[in-house]
Amino acid sequence: MDFLNTHLLSLILFFPTLAALVMLFLPSEEAKLHRWFAFAASLIPFGLTLYLWSAFDANKTGFQFQEQYMWYEAIHSTLHLGVDGISLSMVLLTTLLTPLAILASFTISDRVKAFFMLFLFLETGMLGVFMSLDLLIFFVFWEIGLVPMYFLINQWGSANRNYASLKFMIYTMAGSLGLLLAIQMLGVLFGTYDLVVLYERWNSLDAGSILLGMPVHTVKTIAFWAFVIAFAIKVPVWPFHTWLPDAHTEAPTGGSMILAGVLLKLGAYGFIRLVIPFYPLEAKIFAGALAFLAVAAIVFGAFAAYAQTDFKRLVAYSSVNHMGFVVLGIAAAGLAAGTNDADIAMSGAVLQMFNHGLSAAGMFFLVGVIYERTHTRNLNDFGGLFPLVPVYGGILIFTSMASLGLPGLNGFVSEFMVARGAYPVLTIYTAISMIGLLFTGAYILKGIKNVLHGPLNEHWAHGEHKITEINTREILVMAPLMALMLIIGIWPAWILDVINKAVMALLRGG
Amino acid sequence: MTTETLIWLIPLPPLLAFFFIVLFTNKNKALSHTVAIGAAFLSWLGAMIVFLQAIGVEHFGEHPFAASTDWLPTGETWLRIGVLIDPLSATVLFFVAWTVLMIFLYSVGYHNFGQPAGDHDRAGLPPHGATEHGHAVLSIEPMYSRFFAFISLFAFGMLTLVVSDNLLTMFAGWEVMGLCSYLLIGFWFGKESARNAAIKAFMTTRIGDVFMLLGIAYLYSATGKLSFREIFTEVNLHTLSTIPSGVLGLSAAGLIGLLLFIGTVGKSAQFPLHVWLPDAMEGPTPVSAMIHAATMVSAGVYAVIRMYPLISLDPGTMSIVAFIGAFTALFAATIAVAQNDIKRVLAYSTISQLGFMIAALGIHAYIAAVFHLVTHAFFKALLFLGSGSVIHGMEHGVLHTGNHKVDPQDMFNMGGLRKKMPITFWTFLIGGFALSGFPIITAGFWSKDEILADAWGHNHYIIFGVLAFSAFLTAFYTMRQITLTFLGEPRTAEAEHAHETPWTMTLPLVVLSFFAVTYGWVGIPEHFPVLGGLVPNWIHEFVGGTLAEHPEALEFNWIPLLTSLGVALGGLGLGWLVYRNVKSPAEDKFQFALLKNKYYFDEAYDFLFVKPIYWFSENVVYKFMDMTVINGILHMFGPSTGGIGSTIRNYFDIPIINRLIGDGSADATYWFGGKLRGIQTGRIQQYLVLSLVSLFVIGGLIYFLLLA
Repeated sequence: MDFLNTHLLSLILFFPTLAALVMLFLPSEEAKLHRWFAFAASLIPFGLTLYLWSAFDANKTGFQFQEQYMWYEAIHSTLHLGVDGISLSMVLLTTLLTPLAILASFTISDRVKAFFMLFLFLETGMLGVFMSLDLLIFFVFWEIGLVPMYFLINQWGSANRNYASLKFMIYTMAGSLGLLLAIQMLGVLFGTYDLVVLYERWNSLDAGSILLGMPVHTVKTIAFWAFVIAFAIKVPVWPFHTWLPDAHTEAPTGGSMILAGVLLKLGAYGFIRLVIPFYPLEAKIFAGALAFLAVAAIVFGAFAAYAQTDFKRLVAYSSVNHMGFVVLGIAAAGLAAGTNDADIAMSGAVLQMFNHGLSAAGMFFLVGVIYERTHTRNLNDFGGLFPLVPVYGGILIFTSMASLGLPGLNGFVSEFMVARGAYPVLTIYTAISMIGLLFTGAYILKGIKNVLHGPLNEHWAHGEHKITEINTREILVMAPLMALMLIIGIWPAWILDVINKAVMALLRGG
Repeated sequence: MTTETLIWLIPLPPLLAFFFIVLFTNKNKALSHTVAIGAAFLSWLGAMIVFLQAIGVEHFGEHPFAASTDWLPTGETWLRIGVLIDPLSATVLFFVAWTVLMIFLYSVGYHNFGQPAGDHDRAGLPPHGATEHGHAVLSIEPMYSRFFAFISLFAFGMLTLVVSDNLLTMFAGWEVMGLCSYLLIGFWFGKESARNAAIKAFMTTRIGDVFMLLGIAYLYSATGKLSFREIFTEVNLHTLSTIPSGVLGLSAAGLIGLLLFIGTVGKSAQFPLHVWLPDAMEGPTPVSAMIHAATMVSAGVYAVIRMYPLISLDPGTMSIVAFIGAFTALFAATIAVAQNDIKRVLAYSTISQLGFMIAALGIHAYIAAVFHLVTHAFFKALLFLGSGSVIHGMEHGVLHTGNHKVDPQDMFNMGGLRKKMPITFWTFLIGGFALSGFPIITAGFWSKDEILADAWGHNHYIIFGVLAFSAFLTAFYTMRQITLTFLGEPRTAEAEHAHETPWTMTLPLVVLSFFAVTYGWVGIPEHFPVLGGLVPNWIHEFVGGTLAEHPEALEFNWIPLLTSLGVALGGLGLGWLVYRNVKSPAEDKFQFALLKNKYYFDEAYDFLFVKPIYWFSENVVYKFMDMTVINGILHMFGPSTGGIGSTIRNYFDIPIINRLIGDGSADATYWFGGKLRGIQTGRIQQYLVLSLVSLFVIGGLIYFLLLA
């Protein structure tokens, strides 16, 4: 038990990799074995996370369950892990969605072993970003996550997968370049990559001093934008978003779930963990620009989603729309740091990350369910399916409503908090974002109308094309997501209290 | 159990019923409706207990039932949510509980419980009838259980809204109702019209909702509170009314009020967001009665009444409220005159009557607005259920003749139904007279008269005139409807064979007609000739207590009373005179194209907003911005990187490195080797001579360079 408590984070972090390595020695032809093994293996980090959640003390400030191991002594980089309320909720999201995405991928029959191994590697990559307290390690995990996802899209994706995977890879890599340079600069300046140390030293720099031959302010501005662009591509913030509909649409269902559910959060998490604490001044100065891009994402994302005829692309664009609220909340928090408005906006943004993880994963899965049965994603090919698949229909409407932000379900709480927090400081932007909220309704209803309502497309009603109802395994994927959507919608305090305290510590310097 | 605990529990049974039906009993129709009605009954019981306790408390307005709990952590503070029953919400709870229970019961009969399953019925379309013993009979709704699940969820939303002590949960109930309204209007989603109406309803009301959400965010930012009782303190109200908002010269209170009011404009279908309500008639009739008459649209008015202490602070906002209300009242009444669909007449009538309430509130006639809200809920629910009963009877006739081309909702296909459907007729007559404001005996008279009296008494003569004329039109189109539907002789074989509906449908009609008559008597003004003072003006005493300052009772004046009598009786009389002999739409003199087409609002909105927005989304945002500009720029990186690469290759790698250095060094060696080959002859003598010459040359060099 003692070992567990002192090594909890590294256990959660590396268990998936360990399991993937074990899979290497399992016989390749046993597809069923690999599925169940990967699923069982991914449940263990989830179980450990639940324990982590219960052992975590929200009232303590600072990072908990810290572990530090020597990693690259020559440049003073250590494998330093730790969580606060913000990263904890992201870890929970990751370890929850991974088993569900694996369960969702049970229908994969091509190179099963490789597929699930990549999934488990991916989990380690994502968890690493959320747990790192060392910039270099952060970057390493940031890049590690790309590789399995690239192959998942490139090898198991649909028709246009080569284009999509290349765009995803190159785009993110291009963004990381500036990030790496900025991280190097910090490392060179301070002789350490340790976040906890850097937090203290970086902001105590005298504003008048000269760094690298330039005034501190200039250096900070350059580094700020290097960070921002890397994270903005990942979120993605408008106009860096066009890789997203391609990657999400072409990825296999399980891949889309993780991509939308967790990978996008890495960018937003970067903003929260690195940009806001390191650049409070720049965050304040450039909050307007960031809010502008966020609102553009909200509004244009909604419009673009409304224009789609491909169901999966529609859902993909909804991510642009929803993640815009995260960035709006972050911009407002940066602008108003230290006030109650900032606390609310930032808590709302973090909760929105969690909520979008649930609803986007759910929506992508539901698109996948219908795609597996009909082999089409074209909205005009469906129609009137509700009487044929009533259970699926009910689940789709429920999840759509969570995505739309219906009060009583999770999305509303976070969107309301962001709007509330942003309103006093970014009034006009908040008002314009409401247009996006309005058209969220338009595209969601368009999806429901074309799939479930409408005159029955007889093609799916009889014979070999007869559509089958959602099965038990698929319901099991959705059940935890739906339960959480409802619980957070009705009683958000259990998670929000943890987030809120961490946000206050972050924004008010402990 | 304390009263407060009971209030928390009131909305719960229907919610549990919803989940229970969806998860467990959806295959069993009888069990589903039992669960739903049982839940509605429990809520009704809770509501009645709370109501009776409330009227027993002296100065209830100052000591309402309230409780709250921490809900959302917001930095160092918590946002609290809770329940509140004060005189206003108690009054609303009373009519909501009654109408909801009645409508649940009515739905059993309306959806043909007990009838066989249809021959060709399929989920998503209205039942078409079955054959039993060789006769065509009505068939049960295929999605019977689902209907009860949806209306249960709806009831939860409405009850939540009423018992809420804060804007946030009120908004939650409001939106849950919006969802149910969408699901129920689109209940027969196989019909193109129903599907479009559902989306139209949701989107139009959502326009209002996002403004309202913005208003809530503003109010919450400005005061740090969302609970009504905490907002309506003197200090808060004073602050809000003095800060300028920077928009339209309104104070913060004015702008917040306006934003919240726009939510109401959407929800209560006021001009210019009225277009969804008539189309919403595509839903099953109990839905129309509950959502679009008694509860959801009333919720919109309830919200502004609830926020009255805030909204009333800014005269600018109040003028907008009064104008929108009065204009809508008149505008919708004129359209109602030219509609032939029995439910559409009622739909426009609802819009018009809600306009009366809004206008009343806009001229500070707080109590009159509440009074009319309640009476209208009773008599309009009655009328909608009555019209459903008529349609049901007509469907019976249609099945009998087998002529499915006859529209059972078109009033010109009816006539003479009073003999075929007596209970429906008499209750509809009561409802219609209440709507028209038939003097003394109907509830509608007392509430409408109060609005007119207030308008006159506070010198709002234009509003008074507009509302009086609207009231005249109301009486006129109501009598037109009654005449065309029930009086005269049957105009079609279907009407000839119409049939009275089962008790589950007629009982609610009877109960609602009781309230449509008697509820007026609780609000008879004290100084009314003869009747005044016989019964206490309970509504004034009780509801007035909600406000910090109890509104003054108005002096009695003959002018509004006579106007009220005149327009009601005149409209009814004229309606009968004009329509008693009309046989077909061609003989109807009021079928103006402009009115029939509802002033072309649908067409205009379609042209101005719906189509352009889709075009903009598809062509500008998606195809142009994303696919052409942004992706275009990205795709330039590929070729331009390639271009840089091939330039380097063609102008540096190939000529300089490959040709000059790589190939060049090889060429040079080759050339040199070729030249040297000449001396490799294979003859020993030549080699010896060469060695000797070399020896002398090297020896000479060493000597001269090193030793000399």
